[in-house]
Amino acid sequence: MWSFSNIADSIHNGLSQTFNPTVTVILEMVIAGLAVIGLFAMLGLVLVIMERKVSAWMQIRLGPNRVGPKGMLQSFADTLKLLVKEGLTPNGADKFLFNLAPFIAMIVAMLLMAPIAFAKDFQLWDLNIGVLYVSAISSIMVISILMAGWASNNKYSLMGAMRSGAQIVSYELSAGLSILSIVILTGSLKVSTIIQSQADGWWIFKGHIPAIIAFIIFIIAVTAETNRAPFDLAEAESELTAGFHTEYSGMKFALFFLAEYVNVFIVCAIGTILFLGGWMPFHIGHWEGFNHVMDYIPSSIWFFGKTFFLIFIIMWFRWTFPRLRIDQLLNLEWKYLLPISMINVLVITAMAILKWHF
Amino acid sequence: MKFITKYIKEVWLAIKSLFVGMRRTGYYFTHHKEIITQEYPDNKDSLILPKRFKGEVVMPHNENNEHRCTGCQACEIACPNGSLKVVTEFNLLENGRKKKAIDKLVYHLELCTMCNLCVEACPSDAIIMDQTFEHSVFDRNELIKVLNKPGSKIMDGVE
Repeated sequence: MWSFSNIADSIHNGLSQTFNPTVTVILEMVIAGLAVIGLFAMLGLVLVIMERKVSAWMQIRLGPNRVGPKGMLQSFADTLKLLVKEGLTPNGADKFLFNLAPFIAMIVAMLLMAPIAFAKDFQLWDLNIGVLYVSAISSIMVISILMAGWASNNKYSLMGAMRSGAQIVSYELSAGLSILSIVILTGSLKVSTIIQSQADGWWIFKGHIPAIIAFIIFIIAVTAETNRAPFDLAEAESELTAGFHTEYSGMKFALFFLAEYVNVFIVCAIGTILFLGGWMPFHIGHWEGFNHVMDYIPSSIWFFGKTFFLIFIIMWFRWTFPRLRIDQLLNLEWKYLLPISMINVLVITAMAILKWHF
Repeated sequence: MKFITKYIKEVWLAIKSLFVGMRRTGYYFTHHKEIITQEYPDNKDSLILPKRFKGEVVMPHNENNEHRCTGCQACEIACPNGSLKVVTEFNLLENGRKKKAIDKLVYHLELCTMCNLCVEACPSDAIIMDQTFEHSVFDRNELIKVLNKPGSKIMDGVE
């Protein structure tokens, strides 16, 4: 049967028949890099049109409907516009850091792709501390934002960057604690083991109410970490023009824009892996017939379906809730999310020791 | 203990209010018949404007080329930025008395903010707000309009 792992295996076999092992590894790395870049481009195009259509329908508008069938080629037109625009560097800016910042944002997004399992046995790098790696690397994102804000020599940029720093430092905690609760239940940091442990049911169902609370806190925290509304203080259009990327234009702006959407995809993929079983199909207890039908759907479709469902939920948040003030934002984290997730981790630990979960 | 119940209640109310908002946008997301956007140049024939949409000030005339304007200048006084100018004349009646009437009611569309104050000030309902909105022209002078039609006179019975 057709699957991603079959394609990967056949590429590997084909290459190792013609080349020696070292060249094979190098060629496979190049292919993987190109595949990741291709996935980025696809995600940029798909998520931008998805965001615009979702926002339009939620605000009782029509959205883009002129370019291509039902406006579905609008993001191609936007990309073309961004490609031919001039990338301006302001005179007062720190030229090196200013030009470096968007690439750091992209590199972080690319690094985060490594431990994600897109389908059954289809993963770039199944390292044994996968979840820790993700939470460590995703914090580097803030460096690119601070760099962009500082180097722009613009008060709005600096303000947005500083806000973003405060925000990520605080929300990393509750995101980490909710990731930790699943690590406690699984007993492993390895992505493939976490997914295997959900073969008989996803953690959000197996972990009772504490897992659901952890899931909700995770979604709130990652929305804050990716700087999306209602936590978009870093680029609050109405107060800071565009926050840290005020001075950026053309392709450099597009890289920041793309990095935002890719980050949304990545955090939703992590949420899928931890709480919704990654590429595991949906199974109900002992309904053999139902389970067989679910098994028939390819694992990549399960993974992308769940991830896009989470992305839709995060978009739903964005187009429903008003932006928080900075004190409200920090209150929410330190007075509500952090105590709740700490107690939640304790409850989950007790549950894991006493084997209360299914 | 009181503190903890208050805390839990606050969290519960917050989550509830967020769900109310998400239900509303979710409803709009799934019910596309609620969409209020009109694809304007495409639906020029079937364009539905809201009842209170204000395009420009016009003076309706009946079939005998008669209007209801007495030349009282209430609109000119009411207008906050001088978009309306009433040029009056005095007609000699057969009983020897003079009667005030309008010669021209000049309307500066380029100054008008469509505030509707002139229409509300008019005691004889001589001017109304029309719903035309395609006002762009190549020469600014075309925006200075005379509202009463040439040769028109006041309707009988309007004082």
